[in-house]
Amino acid sequence: MALSGFFLLFFLLQHLTINFISVISVDGFNATSHFMGTNPIVQIALQPVLAFGVIFHLMMGMRLELQNRASRPIKYAMNKPAENSSWMSRNMIITGIMIFLFLGMHFYDFWIPELNVKYLQGDMSGLIDPMNPDSGMRYWEELHHKFHDPIRTGLYVLSFVFLGLHLMHGFQSAFQSVGFNHRKYTPTIKKLSNIYAIVVPLGFILVAVYHFMTQS
Amino acid sequence: MSLDAKIPEGPLKDKWTNHKNHINVVNPANKRHIDIIVVGTGLAGGAAAASLAEMGYNVKAFCYQDSPRRAHSIAAQGGINAAKNYQNDGDSTYRLFYDTVKGGDYRSREANVYRLAEVSANIIDQCVAQGVPFARDYGGLLDNRSFGGVLVSRTFYAKGQTGQQLLLGAYSAMNRQIAQGKIAMYNRHEMLDVVLVGGKARGIIARDLVTGEIERHSAHAVIVATGGYGNVFFLSTNAMGSNVTASWKIHKKGAYFANPCYTQIHPTCIPRSGDHQSKLTLMSESLRNDGRIWVPKKLEDVKAIREGKLKPKELKEEDRDYYLERRYPAFGNLVPRDVASRAAKERCDAGFGVNATGEAVYLDFASAIMRYGTTEAHIQGLHNPTQDQIRELGEKAVENKYGNLFQMYEKIVDQNPYKTPMMIYPAVHYTMGGIWVDYNLMTTIPGCYAAGEANFSDHGANRLGASALMQGLADGYFVLPYTVGDYLANDIRTGKIPTNSPEFDAAEKEVKDRLERFINIKGTKSVDHFHKELGKVMWDNVGMARNAEGLKEAMAKIKQIREEFWKDVRVPGGLNEMNPELEKAGRVADFLELGELFAKDALDRNESCGGHFREESVEIGGEQEGEAKRDDANFAFVSAWEWTGNPSEAKLHKENLVFHDIELKQRSYK
Amino acid sequence: MNLTLKVWRQKDGKAKGELVTYQIKDVSPDSSFLEMLDMLNENLVNEGKDPAAFDHDCREGICGMCSLYINGEAHGPGRLITTCQLHMRSFKDGETIYIEPFRAAAFPVIKDLVVDRSAFDRIQQAGGYVSVNTSGNTQDANSLPIPKDDADKAFDAATCIGCGACVATCKNSSAMLFVAAKVSQFALLPQGKVEAKRRVLNMVKQMDEEGFGNCTNTGACEVECPKGISLENIARMNREYFSAAITSEE
Repeated sequence: MALSGFFLLFFLLQHLTINFISVISVDGFNATSHFMGTNPIVQIALQPVLAFGVIFHLMMGMRLELQNRASRPIKYAMNKPAENSSWMSRNMIITGIMIFLFLGMHFYDFWIPELNVKYLQGDMSGLIDPMNPDSGMRYWEELHHKFHDPIRTGLYVLSFVFLGLHLMHGFQSAFQSVGFNHRKYTPTIKKLSNIYAIVVPLGFILVAVYHFMTQS
Repeated sequence: MSLDAKIPEGPLKDKWTNHKNHINVVNPANKRHIDIIVVGTGLAGGAAAASLAEMGYNVKAFCYQDSPRRAHSIAAQGGINAAKNYQNDGDSTYRLFYDTVKGGDYRSREANVYRLAEVSANIIDQCVAQGVPFARDYGGLLDNRSFGGVLVSRTFYAKGQTGQQLLLGAYSAMNRQIAQGKIAMYNRHEMLDVVLVGGKARGIIARDLVTGEIERHSAHAVIVATGGYGNVFFLSTNAMGSNVTASWKIHKKGAYFANPCYTQIHPTCIPRSGDHQSKLTLMSESLRNDGRIWVPKKLEDVKAIREGKLKPKELKEEDRDYYLERRYPAFGNLVPRDVASRAAKERCDAGFGVNATGEAVYLDFASAIMRYGTTEAHIQGLHNPTQDQIRELGEKAVENKYGNLFQMYEKIVDQNPYKTPMMIYPAVHYTMGGIWVDYNLMTTIPGCYAAGEANFSDHGANRLGASALMQGLADGYFVLPYTVGDYLANDIRTGKIPTNSPEFDAAEKEVKDRLERFINIKGTKSVDHFHKELGKVMWDNVGMARNAEGLKEAMAKIKQIREEFWKDVRVPGGLNEMNPELEKAGRVADFLELGELFAKDALDRNESCGGHFREESVEIGGEQEGEAKRDDANFAFVSAWEWTGNPSEAKLHKENLVFHDIELKQRSYK
Repeated sequence: MNLTLKVWRQKDGKAKGELVTYQIKDVSPDSSFLEMLDMLNENLVNEGKDPAAFDHDCREGICGMCSLYINGEAHGPGRLITTCQLHMRSFKDGETIYIEPFRAAAFPVIKDLVVDRSAFDRIQQAGGYVSVNTSGNTQDANSLPIPKDDADKAFDAATCIGCGACVATCKNSSAMLFVAAKVSQFALLPQGKVEAKRRVLNMVKQMDEEGFGNCTNTGACEVECPKGISLENIARMNREYFSAAITSEE
């Protein structure tokens, strides 16, 4: 869990960086997206690793949950878990599943159309109109257009809140799981964890809200 | 039968070595064919079980708790003595031996005590090798603290949890053998009788406390290491389940019971708060290293304190009576336990007790806090620190030393001992008396051994602090493995002991009949009701001070309570199930017999020695006025009682105590 | 104080249990929680009913025998205490108190509030020891200095009383804190280092076989542990486990 978690933490940072470029520079975003979408190393080598990482993280999480549920067949009639642990730490499966559902929507929005254009239609040009080299790059336009819909934007924002909750526990927990717990450094890691868990989802939210607000 | 302690010949310091060199040894191949039962898994039992299994014997170990790790040795706080002389303060085997014999008021067996002192250093080595995390100093070497009744610093400790760490060490050694199949562990099992075949201990009858099933277990030797019988007082610092049953069963089958009246009343316990109380809590004697014990000088101040009009810390120095420092200037607050306890009782009897029940004295850390605070301020280079700064630093220093004890006190009493003096009162803690054993720790039943607190051997009439752990581990790790082998060398051709013999049939029937009897009385009163009644008689008449009249009365009363118990006790539930009330009934029934023998022994011993104080035997006149008066001319012997069918008619056998290497002196701590 | 108790009653391991409601009157706020249960049982015996079985022994917070899930928390409200150290002054007059056994598949109920924690013993038997025989000739205790910090940390880990509160309170019924405490004690001491790899692999294997859940680092165990065993120990065990698993030749 922790190792795939670390990997995904790193991926999120990279994803956020590219998203942020969309706020700063249309051309920059298009160029980066085109690179990521057509570079064979990214597409053939890294993309499957990412997919594996996500699926592994999910499957392991489900397996843990099932084992953990089986380890207490009779529940307490009166239980006060809030007295000793955070909501986030106890509900990773819920926030995780919410993030997974979001991923479905996210793939439907971006990844599947992308696969369709690039590999089914064979259009690797990255142009709005592949027949017209002057039509401009399509990536920013597509992204911008997706956030036209307030409901979709709202769902994205909500998902990022779940992501934040998931990260709030996940970040620091990953360190504990790999055996890193040190009296001097762990408090800092916990702070970093909180910062990461707030800043990264907030970044995604800002990007989504920016595109929603700048619709014309 | 005459008592033969089987003390080896030769000079004191060579006895054990010579003995070990000359006793029989069982060859490794034969050990595989020999079974040993160990009842009790505390320091003595656990250490014996592990060591014997390591040697190759087949061990069956029994405990009533759900795991061997829970034996009450775990509750020992302060430490374990060993004559290592790491502190270069003149400690030696002889000095530890001397202190122990003197501390025991010259009522212990010289040769046993010397052996104990001799193996003490080895215990520390063994425990460290097992990974017991003793306290260490910054140089990485073992730290020591001092304890009551001695003038050297020889106590090894692991904060206030030394017993726990030592027991977990023995438990881990047992676990290794359990994993290898050399120890068969029977948790939640209680021994309910010993089985004698041809006059030798050849097995036990045990009850599975989960299913209620009565089981037969055979062996070539039986070791009883089931602790002390302090719970005869109902309230004691013993665990709720601590009992005399195993010892009492072997006593009734022929093992003599020695010195039952030698009981240690520990001076630093938390006073009782009301009738609901189920047990008393001890706080380590190490607190007396820094705490000063006092009561008010004037009765009117006592009254004001009890009514809550006066706070103890408001009382001026000159109005306080630091009675231990006053009476015993040389040892002060560090006098042995029996002396400290009696002194507290004396003050409280005179009306100076400081709580509502009138049974409490103060243990005050205020001056220690200021003393440590001043040192700490020096270390930190504070010039002209304020009183508050000093106090704060001092409180931190005291917290480092005794933090867990202070915390425990606050949880129970709901008062902050850093701010107001602790209240303490003596409580029953340890029983020096127990099953009579010879030098080999064998009882008067051949093949039946008693170890640890269950035997009587090493502490005489009073045990010094941090010596119980030492004795338990010495018996288990370093004595029994040799002496049991000596006996078993004659058993290599015996073969497995069958459990279908008439002797097992009879013993099992006896056990079953008795259990059925408990259930079938269907009386009106709970087991605890009788236990509390017994405890009250014991505390009032056979407690810290005893006299002939009170003891006779106690014997009569206990007999009466016992008779009533057998007529009117109510034990709910059935035999073939987990039934804690049934377990208690069996234990209390045995306490009701032991209690009477206890009082009889106290009556018979018309002298004051160690924990046994007879009001008829005190010093009159002179510097020692009012102190306990030992009578060496008439009572320098071990009282070993033989069961004859009734505790009041037990037959006395005397083992005379001969001291070659130590001069009998009055125990003066002035 | 007058209280309403909801106590789990279950005749034996096979029977189906239920919460039974009892009223209890005139409880002293100075009495301990177990003394309150003694009182309940005394009342039940006097009424001719079967008293409620519960585990307890030393009643001073060190033997680890007492358990109980009281009002939704292992060893009840309050920190760094066992049930036997819990006093009735922590409750309000008229309060309803739920008393349940420690729940975990690996801790089956034996009767009423008594559970079987022998899984803990079996984990210890899998490697919770230093393989050293009793010997009259072990090396001198001071021949091997141990840094005070390591000795202190080993002691802190070794103070575990094996009560099982960590398992009872963990939403996953994980025994990681318990196992980590023993692994850590020996990992920190030179005496234990010799067989550290075997130890951690075997103890973790046994833990998994006993049916405890997985650690998801909620940290509840550390909070409820009566001895305040730190999560640092779990991290240490994870480290030990990874390095042992990677370098193991099996």
